[in-house]
Amino acid sequence: MAEKTEYRSSVHQSQKDLMLAWYEKLDRAANTGDPPTVSMMISGNCVELLEGFGAVPLYPEVNALQLAIRHQSLEPILAAEELGYAADNCAYVKADIGCMLKGITPTGGKLPIPTLILCNFVGCNTYLKWFEHTAKLTGAPLYVIDIPFMRTDEPMKADVEYVVRQLKETVQKLEQLIGRKFDYDRFRQAVECSSRTEDLWSQIKHLSRSRPSPFDAYFDAITLMGPLYVYRAKPEGVAFFEAALAEMKAKRDAGQGVYEKERFRLVMEGPPPYPYFRTFRDMFAKWQACAVASTYSTVGGLWEFGFRHDPDRPFESVALHMIEQNVTNRNYLQRYEQIRRYVDEWGADGIIIHFVKSCRLFSAGQGDMRDYFTKQLGIPTLYIESDLEDPRYFSEAQTRTRIDAFFESLEHSKATAAAQHWT
Amino acid sequence: MDQLLEKCTELLEDINFTAVRKWKESHSSGKAVAYFPVYAPTELIHAAGMLPVGLSGAGDRLDIQHADARFGSFICSIVKTTMEMGMTGHLQPFDAFLFSSICDSARNLCFVMKRNFPETYIDFIHLPQNPSSPASSHFLAEEYRRILGGLENLCGHKIEDGQIRDSISLYNRNRSLIREICLLRAREPHLIRAWESYLLVKAGNLLPVEEHIALLEDALTKLRARQSKKRDSIRVVVEGSFCEQPPLALLRLVEEAGCYVVADDFAIGQSWFESDVPTEGDPILALAESYNERSVYSSVRHDFRKPRWLALPEKVKATNADAVLFLIAKFCEPAYFDYVPFKQELERAGIPHLQVEFEEKLFTFDRIRMEVETFVESLVFD
Ligand code: SF4
Ligand code: SF4
Repeated sequence: MAEKTEYRSSVHQSQKDLMLAWYEKLDRAANTGDPPTVSMMISGNCVELLEGFGAVPLYPEVNALQLAIRHQSLEPILAAEELGYAADNCAYVKADIGCMLKGITPTGGKLPIPTLILCNFVGCNTYLKWFEHTAKLTGAPLYVIDIPFMRTDEPMKADVEYVVRQLKETVQKLEQLIGRKFDYDRFRQAVECSSRTEDLWSQIKHLSRSRPSPFDAYFDAITLMGPLYVYRAKPEGVAFFEAALAEMKAKRDAGQGVYEKERFRLVMEGPPPYPYFRTFRDMFAKWQACAVASTYSTVGGLWEFGFRHDPDRPFESVALHMIEQNVTNRNYLQRYEQIRRYVDEWGADGIIIHFVKSCRLFSAGQGDMRDYFTKQLGIPTLYIESDLEDPRYFSEAQTRTRIDAFFESLEHSKATAAAQHWT
Repeated sequence: MDQLLEKCTELLEDINFTAVRKWKESHSSGKAVAYFPVYAPTELIHAAGMLPVGLSGAGDRLDIQHADARFGSFICSIVKTTMEMGMTGHLQPFDAFLFSSICDSARNLCFVMKRNFPETYIDFIHLPQNPSSPASSHFLAEEYRRILGGLENLCGHKIEDGQIRDSISLYNRNRSLIREICLLRAREPHLIRAWESYLLVKAGNLLPVEEHIALLEDALTKLRARQSKKRDSIRVVVEGSFCEQPPLALLRLVEEAGCYVVADDFAIGQSWFESDVPTEGDPILALAESYNERSVYSSVRHDFRKPRWLALPEKVKATNADAVLFLIAKFCEPAYFDYVPFKQELERAGIPHLQVEFEEKLFTFDRIRMEVETFVESLVFD
């Protein structure tokens, strides 16, 4: 039985509307120069700060993934390779650069040259290169917010001070570029909105602890991630997540799961293969396997363990979010711990590690991760390889075979465990 | 000279770190601290009375049998061979390991090593990527103080400012000798081959700095007295080998194919500063400020006050070079990325270039030899 499921609801539609409205704003900015735009990376982004200027974020990663989902990423990737990028460079960057060269955008509308290219250097070293290159290509000014990596259990005082100083330098820079004063009250309100959105989002994420889980915390969570990054700090974001929570709560209360019968509960590690998003999802749907938690959905922020932005300490809390509260800037062992907690507290049967060739931040060392979970903790773990943007690295037959084999053995061990339980 | 070079080769090829073991035997309670490329504040380690050792993988001297299960496909050799060395006991002489924010693979390696070697002190230095912020040097000074605390824990005593200043002086001397070698090579490349200077400089990864200073002084005297014939070669700048190092045979090949390597970025961490680190005032702040104000341009350090792609053509001009040879380690993402803007700027300036990719384990160089020879010919007969 090949079950196909997708979270289709009013939330799904309003997500689409919100994202379209965002692209329209960007198109307007490209045509008229207003509103000002700031490009940033998703990881631990500081979108709240932009609100103080009424500026709109531009996320090249969102553009890149939209393109891949629509099966349009190969052309720009090849264009970038022609320019000299290597087969083994992150394909997100190549797709983005290729799009600039060819004038391709995800919606067909225009994308502006940003008022400021703001590199929030949160974990991934590729971000630096990526934004250096787009700055060179577009001539837009570049500012890097250097975020100290999580090399200690807690951020150091000096880390937070350093980031706050840089946030304030960013404000100065934007004041010069936009020619407007920073509206501190609006910034505080944005931080307040974020804290409410985060609370709602966190509640949604905790719903997947229920059996069955009312949504898939990997595939469906990705649908919700767009509004989370673009609208988190706005009243629209709060409203969107209120509706989403209400809808999912209702499902949960009615005992509805993603599948008629939820057979397996998983934790997913790594980004998805966007060029084969549907195909990949169906491989899990076939087994009625539902993700109850995922690390990828915490790239922009990690809220399910309690962190919220704090309007009483707006700069500090933005800094803390960037340093500590997103998976990208946390060290590898902290990621192991995050996954371990998901398995324990969300009640998962196994872990899927999706190695993506593009992304060393996620993938370098995932063999060790597998070793830790299978050998040290005895948790069933499947390791598969492909890419998040480049369609050339997805081997459908092989991936399917491995996924099928994994679930067969998982089913077998569940059955054995149940049998033992009754004898 | 031959003896000197032989000594260096032996030192660098020995993945059992015999010299480090011997140093530890002769220094009661002496500790050795290994650091992963590209740059590390070795002064702090030295001031603690410990031996700083620069890691550089295992080349083709170790088969990968365990590390592949930790780091899968698409990862550079140095990450894998370092892990392999750890898993096979080769790194046993080291009491601590330091890594820094050079790239995603190396950063993850740091934490994977932490899990696999829980008894060892392993730390990660966040070297800043925003030198234009006035807060950056202060942050780095605090970061160095944290590392210093870790080192003090390890050696069991406090490290005084005076000791750090003394170490800075020694390393200043060391760096200025390396600069002299580079200068000599740029001016009179027939006197010293690239692989020779590579060996001489890189020996400093393993030798106590005092010994390395003596070695370089000795080498410089000998080199200046050398009677070598000028060769018919083009002058090239090598770029892209700042972390994983190309096999020695590859360097020899490049020169045999008709190149004088007049500048390179091999073991760049050892000549990281363009001028001396101040020995007055707070030595930790001096090291931190120097990182932001005196560093050479590098693919692993963001500094948009002057983009590195403008610095490369300048280097070509300053060394009077004819071309650039990109020697890039397979899967080295920072080098791959920088290749594109470097290439664009070189082409804008009309400077020819060739890209060659290598792995630590290269068994046959035939294809590369042909590429370099063809490139040289195209320039000579142009
Ligand atoms: S390497 Fe990974 S985190 Fe970095 S830009 Fe690419 S996909 Fe994103
Ligand atoms: S060779 Fe390149 S990719 Fe590998 S560790 Fe060094 S800098 Fe990173």
